[in-house]
Amino acid sequence: MFRPLPDSSEGPTVTVFVEGQPVEAYVGETAASVLLRHLGTARTTSISESPRAPFCMMGCCFDCLAEIDGKGSTQSCLEPVRDGMTIARQMSARKVVAR
Amino acid sequence: MIFDTAIIGAGPAGMQAACDLRARELSVIVLDEQPAPGGQIWRGVERNCQPGSELAQRLGAEYRQGAGVARSFRACGADYRPLSRVWQIEETGPDATEQCWQVFVIREGQAEVVEARRVLLAIGAQERPVPFPGWTHPGVMTVGAAQIMLKSGGLLPEGPVWICGAGPLPLLYAHQLRKLGGQIAGFLDTAPRDTVRRGLPHLSGALRDWKSLAKGLAWQAGLRAAGLRRETGVRQLRAEGKDRLERIRWETPEGEKTAPAGVLLIHEGLVPSVHPTLSLQCEHTWSDAQQSLRPVLDAWGETTRRGLFVAGDAAGIDGARAALAKGTLAAVGIARSLDVLSEAKAKQARAAGDRALSKARATRPLLDTLYPAPEGKISDDVIVCRCEELTAGQIRAAAGRGSADPNRVKSETRAGMGPCQGRQCGYTVARLIAEAHDMPRAEVGFHNIRPPLKPVSVGELASLGKAKA
Ligand code: FES
Repeated sequence: MFRPLPDSSEGPTVTVFVEGQPVEAYVGETAASVLLRHLGTARTTSISESPRAPFCMMGCCFDCLAEIDGKGSTQSCLEPVRDGMTIARQMSARKVVAR
Repeated sequence: MIFDTAIIGAGPAGMQAACDLRARELSVIVLDEQPAPGGQIWRGVERNCQPGSELAQRLGAEYRQGAGVARSFRACGADYRPLSRVWQIEETGPDATEQCWQVFVIREGQAEVVEARRVLLAIGAQERPVPFPGWTHPGVMTVGAAQIMLKSGGLLPEGPVWICGAGPLPLLYAHQLRKLGGQIAGFLDTAPRDTVRRGLPHLSGALRDWKSLAKGLAWQAGLRAAGLRRETGVRQLRAEGKDRLERIRWETPEGEKTAPAGVLLIHEGLVPSVHPTLSLQCEHTWSDAQQSLRPVLDAWGETTRRGLFVAGDAAGIDGARAALAKGTLAAVGIARSLDVLSEAKAKQARAAGDRALSKARATRPLLDTLYPAPEGKISDDVIVCRCEELTAGQIRAAAGRGSADPNRVKSETRAGMGPCQGRQCGYTVARLIAEAHDMPRAEVGFHNIRPPLKPVSVGELASLGKAKA
């Protein structure tokens, strides 16, 4: 879906783990962008269990909710990649709390 | 410590206001969701504007201008807190001796409370959500989202890439993509075909800023010269596919068309971010020209709640240059309200700011006319509320059953109760209510926004208890 410019692929990278697999991430991109590049989706919905992918990339749609470093319901578009970060899709469960 | 001002947002308006307030020796804290200054328009500007960066060249001069503002901001002495999510803003009780605000923040999983005498919301805008069949499919995202991927990770979309919508942003993005060697299968223009005729009355005003006009025309000419496929008068867009986008379908006055698609980027203009001011029950007004709400502000940028200011696109969509001017004006207003600026000096500073703002807004009436919010009928099967997966049909049914009250429709259907709190569905729900009751959109209003402004986990709340104890 997305490919890096030479500036990115030759720039600094970190290693993150996407559902257990180590992958290279470009410093500056977010966990949502890594999910888009590698799996194409971030979550499945709790009602119809349809797949969703990051939509706005700026924190206002919540379709990027994923599990980051073990913490569910995290807006992955607001999480810049860090070395060793674990990223996983969030399947169905409705875990958003404190409403 | 109690800061003189807490600024929320480190885009053009927030950075400019921080610099100006610091120049008057006021203490400033800046809370921002992003890892680095710039907001969305100048996102990644420090990272991208390294010497020799091709990306910075291709993103254009207006983008590179952000590097200078970010540099001044870094040096201005404000307490800058990136990666901070504000989830609640409160005014201290009436018994407090002096007015004070509390801003509740989550940063790295920890809750904090920031106290300040004044609050400036410089929280920008979001893209206007316009539902169509298949807009929830993976593969469909906004033009703004794709541009963020470009600015923050240097990433270009691939697969047959389609851009559909209207406004300066899709044109700019298409232009940037082409310069960077990206491929675009086609540009589907949803602006009405009679734009030139409708735009004419606003042309002479816009000519005050002829440079911006010339730039827009140059982008279009460049895309034409590159042989980009362009369809005009596009309506009834559909995204189709099984588990993800595979193909798109659209109509023009000439008939229906279809094409394979890997990525569909959509954009129908911007709307101010109003959730915090709505939750604080500030007065808002409906802009017919921009088909969106905005907080009511006085000449100094102050809302109807004393001590709470708004600047930048959150006060109405006017672009980055205007946001800088609005940041300056809000800083003048705040300094005046804190009695560090005399009335006469404040008026003088305001006159200069007003002039800059009026110049920066010169093309706005033209742009608002050329790219109106789409009015096409939303069919019953289209998902409107992305969080709760509610269709237009379900909302129409609820809207017709009782009063024209967005809060009633919200509690009956759950539209707006998901984590996005109606940031995606709010305007569409209000529009469907207006249609059902045959009343002007301005009279419908918006559902009530309750804290938290962003979901907060139990663990994060618990950390607040500890911070306070
Ligand atoms: S992609 Fe919209 S909130 Fe993250």
